[in-house]
Amino acid sequence: MSKAVLMQGNEAVVEGAIAAGFRFFAGYPITPSTEIAEQSALRLPQVGGKFIQMEDEIASIAAVLGASAAGMKAMTATSGPGFSLMQENIGYGVMAEIPCVIVDVQRAGPSTGLATSPAQGDYMQAKWGTHGDHPVIAISPASVLECYTLIIRAFNLSEKYRTPVIFLMDEIVGHMREGVELPNPNDLIINPRKMSFHDGANKQCYYVPEGEFIPAMKPFGQGERYNITGLAHDESGFPVNSNEIADKLVTRLLEKVEKNVDKICRIEEYAMDDAETAIVCFGGTTRAVMSAVLKARAEGKKVGMFRPITVWPFPEAQLRERLPQLKKILMVEHNHGQMLQEVQRTVGGKLPVDFLGCVDGTVISPDAILNKLNEMEGKRHAK
Amino acid sequence: MPSDLIHEYMRIDHLPQIWCPGCGNGVIMHDVATAIHELIEDPDTPCNRDDFVIVSGIGCSSRAAGYLDFNSIHTTHGRAIGFATGIKLANPKLHVIVLTGDGDCSAIGGNHLIHAARRNIDLSVIVFNNDIYGMTGGQYSPTTPNGDKATTAPYGNVDRPFDIANLATGAGASFSARGDVFHARETISIIKQAILHKGFSLVDVYAICPTYYGRKNKKGDAVEMLKWQKENLVPTSKFYHMSEEERAGKKMIGILSYNDYPEYTAEYAKVIEASQKKGKK
Amino acid sequence: MLGKKRLVVDEAWCKGCGICAAFCPKEVLEIKHEKVQIKAPEKCIFCAQCELRCPDYAIYLVNVEE
Repeated sequence: MSKAVLMQGNEAVVEGAIAAGFRFFAGYPITPSTEIAEQSALRLPQVGGKFIQMEDEIASIAAVLGASAAGMKAMTATSGPGFSLMQENIGYGVMAEIPCVIVDVQRAGPSTGLATSPAQGDYMQAKWGTHGDHPVIAISPASVLECYTLIIRAFNLSEKYRTPVIFLMDEIVGHMREGVELPNPNDLIINPRKMSFHDGANKQCYYVPEGEFIPAMKPFGQGERYNITGLAHDESGFPVNSNEIADKLVTRLLEKVEKNVDKICRIEEYAMDDAETAIVCFGGTTRAVMSAVLKARAEGKKVGMFRPITVWPFPEAQLRERLPQLKKILMVEHNHGQMLQEVQRTVGGKLPVDFLGCVDGTVISPDAILNKLNEMEGKRHAK
Repeated sequence: MPSDLIHEYMRIDHLPQIWCPGCGNGVIMHDVATAIHELIEDPDTPCNRDDFVIVSGIGCSSRAAGYLDFNSIHTTHGRAIGFATGIKLANPKLHVIVLTGDGDCSAIGGNHLIHAARRNIDLSVIVFNNDIYGMTGGQYSPTTPNGDKATTAPYGNVDRPFDIANLATGAGASFSARGDVFHARETISIIKQAILHKGFSLVDVYAICPTYYGRKNKKGDAVEMLKWQKENLVPTSKFYHMSEEERAGKKMIGILSYNDYPEYTAEYAKVIEASQKKGKK
Repeated sequence: MLGKKRLVVDEAWCKGCGICAAFCPKEVLEIKHEKVQIKAPEKCIFCAQCELRCPDYAIYLVNVEE
């Protein structure tokens, strides 16, 4: 461990990303993500990387995908309105299997909403924002240190599964400033891009070896000539109008994430060993929930925290494992009930699932969570 | 067996292409392949085929990327220039050629076109400009002349059209040119110069769409439409020697504007250098 | 130079648009049954205008071995 430095979440994203090999940023200013663009503009050229401020978010994600296809690890950062604009090309990245990281520092919506206020209203957009059936990996950090460590993981997953990864932050974490001890660079695990050059046996650019899910990537300009398209395509990358080939492709895209869900899904649990009530939360609500758990424990209540770090795919296996010991669940999130739907789906009616959210741009306090717990107790006693 | 040129530079397993009989797109794609071939063969312009990337958007024109046997990327509607900007900045050694259409680059992609021109990033944008949306069946585009018919302008188009070459010049493109299907030899030469130009270049190539634009507007078949180009589009060398009366109703093909503004990726290389010097202090 | 080149037609790729025949300066070509035919090969001056303007790469010149 090196000595502690004072850092903002948005800054830590850039430093972590650079450690992961990030060398290309294209973006458009938008609160509360703008510091990521500013820090990238400052830091990338210092490490031989490239920064460009594009004319809008659509162009930004397009440039990021182009740079990645040309061999650079690339990232963009935005907030809700810009994230909406990026959705079509995120789907392109999924279909053409171009790795990249999209940071969404969520703010209160819908529309322009409360531009400087926190929210977690893009949770469902992260999964369902682009059209068609597609896999999504989304990771949500809860601290400045996690902005650093998890953005590295986001790049690693993006390279490993050849798919865009959503880094789902929120204003709280993005603008959080705290002392962090960054890990020693030698201790970091960085996935290099899995490249393949003229691999004799099969030169098809989207050829997937038996037993694997992902074709190795080939860069532009280094002797491989191949086609990339967002149309349904065969292993050569050429568009085809075949139902059979389209089915095979889309099924593989979905399965490369679905069948590796145990490797992709990570959670954090706090005081869950003997918990009878689990508070589920992610990202910016985590601090308040941890504080509420401590206070509840001091009052003798068996309360714990279950926090998905990988928020898509939702870590349902891990939550299901906890169900036998639980009597109830409280979902706490800064929206009107989005992850709640995933929790309810996982619980399948076996337990009562209560909800505490907000859509007014404020934050949920530990006391509000305690009050909610007490209210839930009251309801139970009244029965 | 097709000709040596086609065999060498196209993915012949996928030919003949999907375009309608008499569509000008095949000719423009041939012009692009010929221009690249001539650059590769010319010892004065050292390059090889791996130095070229073909980027396209969506529409009839943009299917060309799949047929050309290069590094090729067929992107989303209107966004080819955005993708191309990322590719070029990531690897400035590449010749990045954007194949696009009038709708793709001047309607849905208009914002990206003007900003790439303004930045003067070294892309070569070849517009297959057929005055109509062909892939979706004949709707009016930003270049459909005022008064012309389209499936979405059954009573005549009330929009006023863009001149894409002039639009690029106005946005700051350092190289803007016009070509057409009939004058293939001249257009090949213009495309070569556009590729060699260090900066943003645009070639607005007048294509023909006999199937939709031609039929809707009683312009005749492909042959009739090319005859119009033969008579009304005049190469620069001839145009300059024509009187005002002779020029009436005619348009010049050739390079329309040219500047040696600083090129974006070269300027960014200086940023990298400056940031690293500053870091060492 | 004459005799060193030859005009070739690939009927499978021809879509019969007629551009080559219409602009051939020597009336070498015609369209029959929606395909291009070489009706007067002896008149060909190997100018390659047909090859340059064929949208479907169905007509082209090849070098003939001596």
